[in-house]
Amino acid sequence: MGRFALQRFMYMVITLWVIITLTFFLMHTMPGSPLQHEDKLPPELKEEILKEYGLDKPLPVQYVTFLGKLAQADLGSSFKYDGRSVTDLIMQGFPASLQLGIQATIIGVIFGIILGCVSALRRGTWVDNVANVFSILGYSVPNFVLATLLSYYVGVKLQWLPPAKWDGPEYSILPTLSLAVLVMATIARYIRTEMLEVLGQDYMKTAKAKGLSARTAIIKHALRNALIPAVTVLGPLIIGLITGSLVVEQIFAIPGMGWMFVDSIQVNDYTVIMGITIFYSALIIVGMFLVDVLYGIIDPRIRIGGVQE
Amino acid sequence: MDRKNVLEVKDLHVSFHTYNGEVQAVRGVSFEVKNGETVAIVGESGCGKSVTSQSIMRLIPQPPGVIKHGEILFEGNDLTKLPEKKMEEMRGKEIAMIFQDPMTSLNPTMTVGKQIMEGLIKHQKLGKAEARQKALEMLRLVGIPSPDSRINQYPHQFSGGMRQRAMIAIALSCAPKLLIADEPTTALDVTIQAQILHLMNDLKEKMDTSIILITHDLGVVAETADRVVVMYAGKVVETGTVEEIFYKPRHPYTWGLMGSMPRLNLSRDTELSPILGTPPNLLTPPKGCPFASRCEHAMQVCKEHMPETTNSSDSHQVACWLEHPMAKPVDIPHDVVGGVSK
Ligand SMILES: Nc1ncnc2c1ncn2[C@@H]1O[C@H](COP(=O)(O)OP(=O)(O)O)[C@@H](O)[C@H]1O
Ligand SMILES: [Mg+2]
Repeated sequence: MGRFALQRFMYMVITLWVIITLTFFLMHTMPGSPLQHEDKLPPELKEEILKEYGLDKPLPVQYVTFLGKLAQADLGSSFKYDGRSVTDLIMQGFPASLQLGIQATIIGVIFGIILGCVSALRRGTWVDNVANVFSILGYSVPNFVLATLLSYYVGVKLQWLPPAKWDGPEYSILPTLSLAVLVMATIARYIRTEMLEVLGQDYMKTAKAKGLSARTAIIKHALRNALIPAVTVLGPLIIGLITGSLVVEQIFAIPGMGWMFVDSIQVNDYTVIMGITIFYSALIIVGMFLVDVLYGIIDPRIRIGGVQE
Repeated sequence: MDRKNVLEVKDLHVSFHTYNGEVQAVRGVSFEVKNGETVAIVGESGCGKSVTSQSIMRLIPQPPGVIKHGEILFEGNDLTKLPEKKMEEMRGKEIAMIFQDPMTSLNPTMTVGKQIMEGLIKHQKLGKAEARQKALEMLRLVGIPSPDSRINQYPHQFSGGMRQRAMIAIALSCAPKLLIADEPTTALDVTIQAQILHLMNDLKEKMDTSIILITHDLGVVAETADRVVVMYAGKVVETGTVEEIFYKPRHPYTWGLMGSMPRLNLSRDTELSPILGTPPNLLTPPKGCPFASRCEHAMQVCKEHMPETTNSSDSHQVACWLEHPMAKPVDIPHDVVGGVSK
């Protein structure tokens, strides 16, 4: 396991470096420069400023400086919020987004597994049918629609829960639900299909032939095998959560990263856009790494090599 | 030497209710297994061998499967009437089973050791440490080298032959009185096949287990079985001792099976003759002898009435109209006699 995880970790670091490099050079091969539109600035002063930011140096030197600063979590400072560092801004928005993401993942995965299992074990009954309709709905209704509906009906009309803002645990319930439904529906569909497949496998017959009860056989032999494909879909789901949070945070006016990102794009806050892009990439890559490790934990065939004579 | 019956199957009928109708997979099968005996069930693919054996363990999927009629007496108790909880106590403890494909019959996400220990913990109420000791012992017994490290490995780290050995270790861990092996060597290389068969024979002697060996390989039968049950289209058409079946086969279907098998007493260039035609559809089984449509010697009566089972000797039964005193005698094709040499 150690070797497998280390190898995946190295992949992660390399991918991260490639993305950072690409982002840097993309930004610098774009036409225009940061001071292009500052026409009233005398040329000497322009040069002075460029010098101060190190923009007069050759590109490779700038690249090394950039990497060096990045290593110290220095992403430059925001244009809009005078003097505030991008890192500061990210760290201000990140906790809310992280909490939302984690809550949605946990709730979605747990209920997805339960729904998928129940559905498979009660195949063809009304329980299965209800669960299927539920997961198809969850799968096809976009989260911004769901978020709007929840905020309006549960929040404004019924007034059961706060319709927006971020002032305590109860404020996180509706946005979490908006994001969790897709996770739950996706996981439930995978688990149902795979569970049905696994129940027909020979090793389930072996388990029963040993004298295990149907229940024990399912818990000890079927469940883990049925989870494997669901783990592979966790990667895309994490990406879905991140992009989903961009919109959901807007709808519920949550001061998270997604909200900040959209805001920075609207006002053209150059360094913040770049900083958050890199941060999101890093987040996704770390998420993929964790999924890989989880995959290795669940499926021994991934982490340990084949036949040994 | 009259030994007691471990298992008696009496007039077993098993059907599957499918979309197209009722598939009558097993239609009145009877046979018995004595203490310490190996009984081979042979027959073409689809004739109901697996369904029969899985019915004994009550492992056929229900639905669509259903045991419609008949008794399965294990040491006198009818298994078809046992509540599921009691049946769980029989499985793995009194009757164990090995399946055809060792590549898929072990759980890929659990160590081989744990898979052996499960039955021991359930049936012999052993603690984890004791069960582990016993599992190590079983691995050694089935000839897996360096069991101390193998016990912690996963099935994909084992070769096909090794996995079948592990399956045997699981099956025999609680010293069952009856072992059902459903084509245990079909999926293996020839050299490995022989090893696995020897191992099974060996352990049978050591542990005094009776075996039901399902196969369509008559070479395997010759090597391991005491008695043979020949099945066709969900029925038993002939049973007898290995000698009787190989040297005095009486049913034309048995002749056909023999003729289609490679045998050591034939020269290399003798052609094998597969049985022409296909078995009947079990959705609408014929009312007469199911083999009649493929049988060279079929008479009018064969197509209309199922023949009675008659005794050719105390141990040899045949269900064929040729046995009837009024039937014209037919000689056994000479190239069939002697069958697969031992
Ligand atoms: N689950 C099932 N549903 C419907 N038909 C089945 C099922 N299992 C077995 N059968 C039918 O029962 C018959 C006997 O099958 P089986 O016992 O597996 O044959 P074999 O002698 O090759 O082991 C076949 O015709 C098969 O189509
Ligand atoms: Mg079979």
